[in-house]
Order: sequence, then C-alpha cells, then structure tokens
Amino acid sequence: MNYSVLDIFKQGLSGNRGWQPLWRSPAPKPSYDVVIIGGGGHGLATAYYLAKTHGVRNVAVLEKGYIGGGNVGRNTTIVRADYGQKGNSAFYSHSLKLWQGLSQELNFNVMFSPRGLLELCHSDGQMESFSRRANMILARGDAVEMLDRAGVQAYAPFLNFDSERFPIRGGLLQRTAGTARHDAVAWGYARGADRLGVDIVQNCEVTGFDITGGVVRGVETSRGAIKAAKVAICVAGRSSQVAAMAGIWLPIESHVLQAFVTEGLKPFINTVVNFGVGHFYISQSDKGGLVFGGDLDGYNSYAQRGGLGRMEHVAEAGMSMIPALGKARMLRSWGGIMDMSMDGSPIIDKTHIAGLYFNGGWCYGGFKAIPASGSAYAQLLATGATPDYASAYRLSRFETGHLINEEGTGARPGLH
Amino acid sequence: MRITCPHCGERDSREFSYYGDAKTARGSDFASTYLRDNPVGDHAELWQHVMGCRAWLEVVRNVSTHEVISVKEAGQ
Repeated sequence: MNYSVLDIFKQGLSGNRGWQPLWRSPAPKPSYDVVIIGGGGHGLATAYYLAKTHGVRNVAVLEKGYIGGGNVGRNTTIVRADYGQKGNSAFYSHSLKLWQGLSQELNFNVMFSPRGLLELCHSDGQMESFSRRANMILARGDAVEMLDRAGVQAYAPFLNFDSERFPIRGGLLQRTAGTARHDAVAWGYARGADRLGVDIVQNCEVTGFDITGGVVRGVETSRGAIKAAKVAICVAGRSSQVAAMAGIWLPIESHVLQAFVTEGLKPFINTVVNFGVGHFYISQSDKGGLVFGGDLDGYNSYAQRGGLGRMEHVAEAGMSMIPALGKARMLRSWGGIMDMSMDGSPIIDKTHIAGLYFNGGWCYGGFKAIPASGSAYAQLLATGATPDYASAYRLSRFETGHLINEEGTGARPGLH
Repeated sequence: MRITCPHCGERDSREFSYYGDAKTARGSDFASTYLRDNPVGDHAELWQHVMGCRAWLEVVRNVSTHEVISVKEAGQ
C-alpha cells in the first residue's frame, strides 16, 4: 500500500493494527535474471533501480544477516557532495540530487535533513586549498560557499574560537548537505524493490560461485544453489572474501572506523561540522544524541569494534574544538568495517568473468553514495555500461594509472 | 591492543606505526603496489616501534579478534 497522511490518521483511529510488513520473506527460487549478493543500502538500491528504471524484476537480493544489520545501520548518516576530483565530483553531485527527492521517490520518509555541512580551516594555506575546492564545486554547478572567521562564528557559535593550536580561520559551507535516517534508507529501498517483485532473501549466505568457461552461472548459498544470468557483488566489509571465491584479487584493505553517540540532549548543534585537521566530525541526531567520529584505527581489522587509543584521540579532538562536549556523557561506541580501496575511491565495474559484476571499495563514504551507486550499478547490470557520472570507477584504473586520489596519499588505505 | 617488542618488551600499540601486509612482493609492480590478500583471521604485517627502538617488526595478528600471535624483527 502507498503511505499517506490519511493512512496515518486512519491507523491511529484503529489502534495501528492494520500496518503490513514492509517486504515479503520469500524462499529463494531456483533461478533469477540477476542475483545481488548483499542486502545493504547499495544492494537494495541496485535492486530497486533495476526493477523501477530498467524493468528487470526477476531479481533476488541475498543477505547473509538481516536487512539494516550491516554498514547501512552502522554509519553516521552524513550526506555531502564536496568532492573535488574529476570522477568523484559528478558522482556525489548526482547522488545529492537523488537524496533530495528520495522520500517522495520511495514513498517512505528517509528523513533527509539538509542542515548544512561546515568544513573548518585553520590556516591561510588551508583557506586557499578549500577555496580551490569550492570553486571546483561551483564550476560543476553545485552550491557551496566560503565563510570567513566572523561567518563561522555566526553560523556555529558553539565552536572554540580561542584555540591557539587550531585557530578557526574560516570554513567551507555546503548548505545542501546534511543527514538522513540510515535505517529508513535500507527499509525504504527494500520495500520499494519488494513492491516491484524483487525477492529479498535474508539469512542466506553465499558460499561459492558456479563459474564454467569464464562465465558465471549462479551462486552456491546456505539455502541451496541459485542459477543466475548475472551476479552482482555488493558486500561492504567482505568484498575481498566474496571476490576471492571467484578468484578475483582486489586492491582493497579492510579497516575499522569507530563512531560514538552521547545521551540525548536539547538542540545544540544544528549542522554537521568537520574538524578535518583534528580528525573529528560531529552532528546531532533527531533524537538529540551527538553523533561523532574520527579517523580509522589505522590497521587491518574485521572486528567491528575499535581500540581505546582512537577513542581517546577522538575525544581529545572533540574537546579541543567543542569544549562543551565534555559535559555530555557518551552513551555507546561501535565500529564498522570499511573496504578501503588503494586510492580512496570506489569501484563499480564488470569483472573479467562474464556476467559477474563488482561494486565495493567505498571506504568511509558509502552511505551518501547509496542512491547514485544503486542507480549506476543497476544501469551497468541492465545495459552493460555505467552512466557518465560513475564511469571513472573502473576496476582497471589501478593498473592503467587513472587513480582518483582525493587525499593524494598514495596506495596507503590507512591514510585516506 | 598490546605488542611485545623483542627489544623493549610489552607496549601499547599506540607506540607503534602500522605499515600493512608484510608480504610486499606479489609478482609484479602493479600487484605489489595495489593488490592485497586482505584475509580474515591471521595476518602477517609490518609495524614500526616509532616511539621506542624504531625497529621494524613483523607481527602476526588475528584481524578478527585483534589478538597478537607472534612478533619478530622484520626480515629475520
């Protein structure tokens, strides 16, 4: 059923007993046109756009755990389009446009809140480098502005303007950036895909590929073999393991990134602040909790939890830029596994095995990419080519030298 | 996470700097620079004791539990 205000009113009068589950739980069929491995945000969005835009509806999404239980439920929900590099900028610009209409598109409230994103600058050199990036963003037609110190003070008065070590010199402000409700994005896409006939199969782990003569024929799973003309890998945090089952060696290392949330507070931080020099960023959730995080722990990890060293560093950086943070009590912390590519940018491409496709290496930028990634991957699966805005994300770029290295740190994923 | 340096004894991992996979030669320049095995479980990797003796160490560590299994001087 289509949700409407009238529905909420009617359900309210009848004790909310008439709501239906958002998607079915079908047993997997023996064969599909497309099997998507991984029911995270990207996999579900891919299934939705395959069915909606390209009319490919005989599709299964195979999820090892449950919908919303992976990285789509473990991130800090930030949506931004402030990338400078060719290849990235057009992609994230397109993604932000899709976010703006996503609740209407899905008939599901993803609570996208364009509350703005402020990147702090602390030196003349940083102001110049950010101004250059702002000009690149303006040149491609997106909104961004540079604030001077007084502008930052007016926009975010809760910051520490007395810091000697990191004096606030100004900042890059993107008013169209913001946050969204991460679970709702997964649920919205799952419901949308299911309504178009896609089978979402949870608790179904892929254990191998059926590949003969260089062509993929299907997958082996914990719920039996499933045939498929096309198989799409989309498994953030386990890309290397799944690809290895098909004999593919990836330019990826997996690292842990921590995030933290405080107890609920009254409205205090009305935007997203990125204190990049200190490796600290923060926003306030709609429930009132301050959601913040920092850099990778810095070593390979699949543990989904981080070390106290990074926690201490994040707390110190937060206190140095927002001293009032010390009054709040931290409620919990968690870690997500980031598949870090060797240039810090993702991969959406065919593989050398016919019918087998790969989407991964999103580093810590996967959440904001969900709509554009799903729509680009769906187009690749349906037509054999990615759209222009995602055409730079080739698997072969590491070999050909066409890297998209936003940070300029070389093949050191821990530094991206 | 604590790492037992063969020269300095058991120290907090914050004293060490991480390089990555100890297997640095993979058959071609491209593979050596960009490709990684990235396994779940035990992983041999290079750490430098930057806030101690500055020696490069080869550490075998379980990347799922963060348990340090063995430490030796790199290249030994």
